[in-house]
Amino acid sequence: MPFIPHTDNDIRTMLEAIGAPDIEALFEEIPANLRAPGLPGVPPALNEMEIGRLMADFATRDGRPLNFIGAGAYEHHIPSAVWAIVTRGEFYSAYTPYQAEASQGTLQLLYEYQTMMASLTGLDISNASLYDGASGLAEACLMAVRANRKSKSQRILLPVALNPTYRDVTQVVAGNQSIAFELLPYDPKGGQTLVSALEPYSGQDITAVVLQHPNFFGTLEDVDAATDWAHANNALMIGVVNPTSLAVLKPPGQWGKLGADIAIGDGQPLGVPLSSGGPYFGFMATRTEHVRQMPGRIIGRTLDLDGKSGFTLTLQAREQHIRRSKATSNICTNQGLLVTAATIYMSLLGAKGLAQVASTSMLRTQQLVDALTRVPGVRLAFDRPRFHEAVLLLDRPVKPVLEALAHRGIVGGADISARYPSLGNALLVCATETRTLADIETYAQALAETMRNSAAAA
Amino acid sequence: MHEKLIFEHSAPGRSADAQYPQVPVEAPIPAALRRASAPLLPEVSELQAVRHFTRLSQLNFSIDTHFYPLGSCTMKYNPKACNQYAMLPELLNRHPLAPESTGQGILQILFELQEMLKEVTGMRGVSLTPMAGAQGEFAGVAMIRAYHKARKDFARVEIIVPDAAHGTNPATATMCGCTVKEIPTLHNGDIDLESLKAAVGPQTAGIMLTNPSTIGVFERHIDEVRRIVHEAGGLLYYDGANLNAILGKVRPGDMGFDVIHMNLHKTFSTPHGGGGPGSGAVGVSERLLPFMPVPIVGRDGERFRWLDEKDLPQTIGRLSNFMGNTGVLLRAYIYMRMLGRDGMQRVSEFATLNSNYLAARLRAAGFELAYPERRASHEFIVTLRREAREWGTNAMDFAKRLLDYGFHAPTTYFPLLVPECLLIEPTETESKEELDAFVDAMIAIRREAETDPDKLKGAPWTLPVRRLDDVRAAKQLDLTWKAA
Repeated sequence: MPFIPHTDNDIRTMLEAIGAPDIEALFEEIPANLRAPGLPGVPPALNEMEIGRLMADFATRDGRPLNFIGAGAYEHHIPSAVWAIVTRGEFYSAYTPYQAEASQGTLQLLYEYQTMMASLTGLDISNASLYDGASGLAEACLMAVRANRKSKSQRILLPVALNPTYRDVTQVVAGNQSIAFELLPYDPKGGQTLVSALEPYSGQDITAVVLQHPNFFGTLEDVDAATDWAHANNALMIGVVNPTSLAVLKPPGQWGKLGADIAIGDGQPLGVPLSSGGPYFGFMATRTEHVRQMPGRIIGRTLDLDGKSGFTLTLQAREQHIRRSKATSNICTNQGLLVTAATIYMSLLGAKGLAQVASTSMLRTQQLVDALTRVPGVRLAFDRPRFHEAVLLLDRPVKPVLEALAHRGIVGGADISARYPSLGNALLVCATETRTLADIETYAQALAETMRNSAAAA
Repeated sequence: MHEKLIFEHSAPGRSADAQYPQVPVEAPIPAALRRASAPLLPEVSELQAVRHFTRLSQLNFSIDTHFYPLGSCTMKYNPKACNQYAMLPELLNRHPLAPESTGQGILQILFELQEMLKEVTGMRGVSLTPMAGAQGEFAGVAMIRAYHKARKDFARVEIIVPDAAHGTNPATATMCGCTVKEIPTLHNGDIDLESLKAAVGPQTAGIMLTNPSTIGVFERHIDEVRRIVHEAGGLLYYDGANLNAILGKVRPGDMGFDVIHMNLHKTFSTPHGGGGPGSGAVGVSERLLPFMPVPIVGRDGERFRWLDEKDLPQTIGRLSNFMGNTGVLLRAYIYMRMLGRDGMQRVSEFATLNSNYLAARLRAAGFELAYPERRASHEFIVTLRREAREWGTNAMDFAKRLLDYGFHAPTTYFPLLVPECLLIEPTETESKEELDAFVDAMIAIRREAETDPDKLKGAPWTLPVRRLDDVRAAKQLDLTWKAA
């Protein structure tokens, strides 16, 4: 019996101790009319050899195309040590550290993580993670409503240049609590959010302003002006950031005169593989004054009975298992294993390594933009400084071009035309440090041939 | 055993040079947007990092190292194959937005997983996108609300929750903009039907139930509960926390539930990872099909594709940036294929056998069961109120002392309605020998409680730290390390 250790003798002895004639008798309290006749729709069991072969067949079918998509998930080099340690059973098969004394490894690691993330974002404190960046923004908006006691309006401003799926998820998760989201347009020439679009809101009751930096297009934002506007109008500033970029970009805690109030983002670039969309993790950092409004697990350092230092879950009075319907969030877990990966990743790269990854990714994206915009029918959408993504405009629909590239083993970018119809045929591309100049050349040639072989839109 | 903080291993100028591009690159960032000072990240060699984190791992209890009978958490063995084959490079390196034509393999896996979950739950549709049980709950209640709203029945905003429910249930209802009404549990562990009848009405959106309940018994009047709630116009939500207990024996769909979430990290053995990632797939009955969260994998002939807002215009929407915790779903798929249709039934059979055996042995040893007249499901509750009264040793003291004996403690003080309780869930993957050793430890600790209660009150004695001061942790907040 796979994964079940019982011998016939065990079963007999155990049933005797229970006083039951057979295992079926243990289910006697389930009404007979509800009993399932079995699970004929589930296939018969495979052994490990068979499932290994099957999975390899699936994987081979998908292959390993050369990837140039970012759009919220980024392909970075992951040191071998990261997942070799993450998949150790002591991390992999432990649970939430409810018994702190038996979970000091996970707890100390999370404390180290919180320290790294607070420093990376330039804020005081970090929680032990949320599900992902998109749901993290929803939690940040709910938190801002609780934390901003000067505001009664529950109005939050979101940029159009924010990752549109983040906007969708925030609307779904936070929208049931009567928060009103209003949109800030971007400059069609530069791709940055128009700070001037904030002016009409001056003097109004706004709970929070959200700014993604670099934004969904890869463009760098005018973070100082937006943050100062928010604070001048008693609104909180929520920064949505890419953790890799923070090695070289001014962190949210230093935006404007006072700094952003909450930073959130997706931690995936820190040692977490793309893996078709997850699991990733969301990070959240804030100022000490808001700690009791922050959702999610938080680890603190304390003393034991002998006065020795140790780590434990703290501020649990915010959480659902204590406060039930009055909790700050229904969140019950963090993304512990992914945070474990990120903490090891950041330790191996250090500030210098992370800055090199960020700078090299910027350089590669510039080289990619240069190579692709030499192809007839391709031009750059925005002229402002960017991080490691760029929007290209094609003279024909993007989807068939991407399909043709996929046949050549190239995943050429994200088609964002449907989400941004005013841009026309828009393709969001990204090259990280993992793409070589040869990769970029391969893509440029394939794109040139694809464009030659298909007609431009009339 | 003590391990310094990683920052205390750090020395300026040291680094793991093999791990990043060495050619210096100056990032062309406008001065006003440039970072002025480097973040506080460690400067360590690769070996120092590897040794540090390996040592940290050794400070943990885990399923791979210890019996971990944490009630309500289903800490069963996580087969190594599930990790190995979910981490094939093609699956690991796939970008979620890559064209569907380059992902037919993974889409087929996810489609088959949806189909298998439909079969084991008896539901009509499954969406895999919720990233944890609590997010699955959110999706479920959001669907219930969307259903009532679509019928223009705007008054239905109240969610009924038994007092024994997980804390996530009421917290979820609040997040969905609903109000919560609690109903009591009877002394025999069943729901108080009279209270339920009094609670339902035109304001009832639905009820959230765990069955078997969090007190480890099957709700025998589930047919009656369903009738009362449905007749009042409400829907039934099934919290799948305890699905392990009934896998293949009785299906939530057949019990009449309209929407369920499954904790794939419990029943289908994906790793708990020190507190995540989880995966809270949801299943729905016919009438909630249009409201499922997207994306969902669909099939057009031989081709698999994502169904999105265009296919389900009434969807409650998206819950994650992409499609949920795909890597977790792969592990659940592998596990389910390795169990097969018969193995799934054995899960509930042997989880229940182990639980009832452990309960019988502890009872014979003089421990008080909270619901002695009931069959245990896959878990059961011991109440230590006598031990607390006579010797001053409470459930937490027993829990901490168990750590010294090499066992992770059961869940303590949950559910809240049983005093001094231990919620014990052995799971099907534990051997009789391990269960017997646990009983021996409990007996030994009980003897200590009688003769030398300080042994318990001061426990643990043999772990990396002794009992920690939680009050100090909350009062003198120390959440980040600062250089001296």
